[in-house]
Amino acid sequence: MANFVMPTLGADMIEGTLVQWKKREGDPVAKGEIIAEVDTEKAAIDVESHNTGIIERLLTKPGDKVPVGTVMAVIREDGQPATAPAPVQAVAPPAAAAPASRAEIVPAAPSQVGRLRISPAAKKLAAERGIDPARLQGTGPDGAITLDDIERATAVTPEVTKPAIVADRQARMRQTIAAAMARSKREIPHYYLSTTIDMGRTVTWLKEANETRPVTERLLYGVLLIKAVALALRRVPELNALWKEGAAVRSEGIHIGTAISLRQGGLVAPALHNADRLSLSDLMKNFQDLVKRARAGSLRSSEMSDPTITVTSLGEQGVETVFGVIYPPQVALVGFGKLLERPWVMNGQVVPRPVIMASLSADHRVSDGHRGGIFLAEIDRLLQEPHTL
Amino acid sequence: MSSTPPRNEMRSLVLRLLGEIAPEADLTSLQPDISFRDQLDLDSMDFLNFVVALHKEFQIEIPEADYPKYMTLNGCLAQLAGARS
Repeated sequence: MANFVMPTLGADMIEGTLVQWKKREGDPVAKGEIIAEVDTEKAAIDVESHNTGIIERLLTKPGDKVPVGTVMAVIREDGQPATAPAPVQAVAPPAAAAPASRAEIVPAAPSQVGRLRISPAAKKLAAERGIDPARLQGTGPDGAITLDDIERATAVTPEVTKPAIVADRQARMRQTIAAAMARSKREIPHYYLSTTIDMGRTVTWLKEANETRPVTERLLYGVLLIKAVALALRRVPELNALWKEGAAVRSEGIHIGTAISLRQGGLVAPALHNADRLSLSDLMKNFQDLVKRARAGSLRSSEMSDPTITVTSLGEQGVETVFGVIYPPQVALVGFGKLLERPWVMNGQVVPRPVIMASLSADHRVSDGHRGGIFLAEIDRLLQEPHTL
Repeated sequence: MSSTPPRNEMRSLVLRLLGEIAPEADLTSLQPDISFRDQLDLDSMDFLNFVVALHKEFQIEIPEADYPKYMTLNGCLAQLAGARS
């Protein structure tokens, strides 16, 4: 059996609220498939399963506030027989334990011996209504839970509506951002570097590329910046890491957290997975999809938990230089400012060129200015060869 | 500029498409000659999505070089009228 636990969906996340199950007990589920919708301070997130199998038990019900690391469901993995007894209550991690990562499994302690007595029809209805039958006292023969029991439970269960959950989201999001940024400034010894990059070649290449592309396949220049950052991280991989338990752990994949402002205020920085390996066209498609879903409130748990570095671009707001605050447990953040026309010396001549200011905020526990400088120089070099991106 | 039925119809369609991109916006107070970006806080992704939506709704090609012409409501309606005539 595998436990499905409340994942960490951002720095300093302590708990989430189950909005709804996307699966019922007995349903098959594949690894990566969405199993639940969870509301956090920042957004409603579609949480994916990390296992393939059958949903054996759902242990929490919609509306429950669930601490990070708590077992929410049990999945019978492929090849395993259905077994009884099954755990019947959500099992929270020990209070003193640090929030578990999504890879950690919290053992579920059975609190009721024996199979739950419930008719198939009542079980089905309970799943539809988001009611956990294990919490009910059955009134049928030998205490079996009946359809009437589920109906009564539905009547007394406060309805959980999305508007009610998200009503104060903006204030909570501000608090969450504040907590993460305060922690960052308190714990991370930042250093900052910046460089001005001639964007002439990139702008020209992009203009020519978009002339040949249908409108549905055109690229935004921000995508070229993301790709350049992703490729530059291959050369300076220590910036693509997470700080865990007093040490930096390099990430295998390059998952760029892209800061996306939300229309109702606040921001999220979900991951563009494996950005270094995607073509510009695929990166653009994924970026469009990510922005759309971020603003519609339908991000996935892996997108919230996987970023290994953040890229933020504030040029459209007129900002020339970004001095970013690292999002823990990441160890670096790259900022881009506004595309500006500036005098630039080329071949001994002063000419007008489009330039951009790229900045790096990095964790001095993990890297130093020398490596940070190499990283920014690599971004610059890549942007002088846009056809290689 | 006359408010012929086709123009009204186009206006409604354009506002509907904008509403899908900026659902929180009060489009009834939209100023026709002021940039969408300034009024609706659209970013480059929003604007690209708007152009794609126009392309699909009106079956027209919109070169990137023409994007500035679509940045206001009046400019947009003029372009659409020209493309349909």
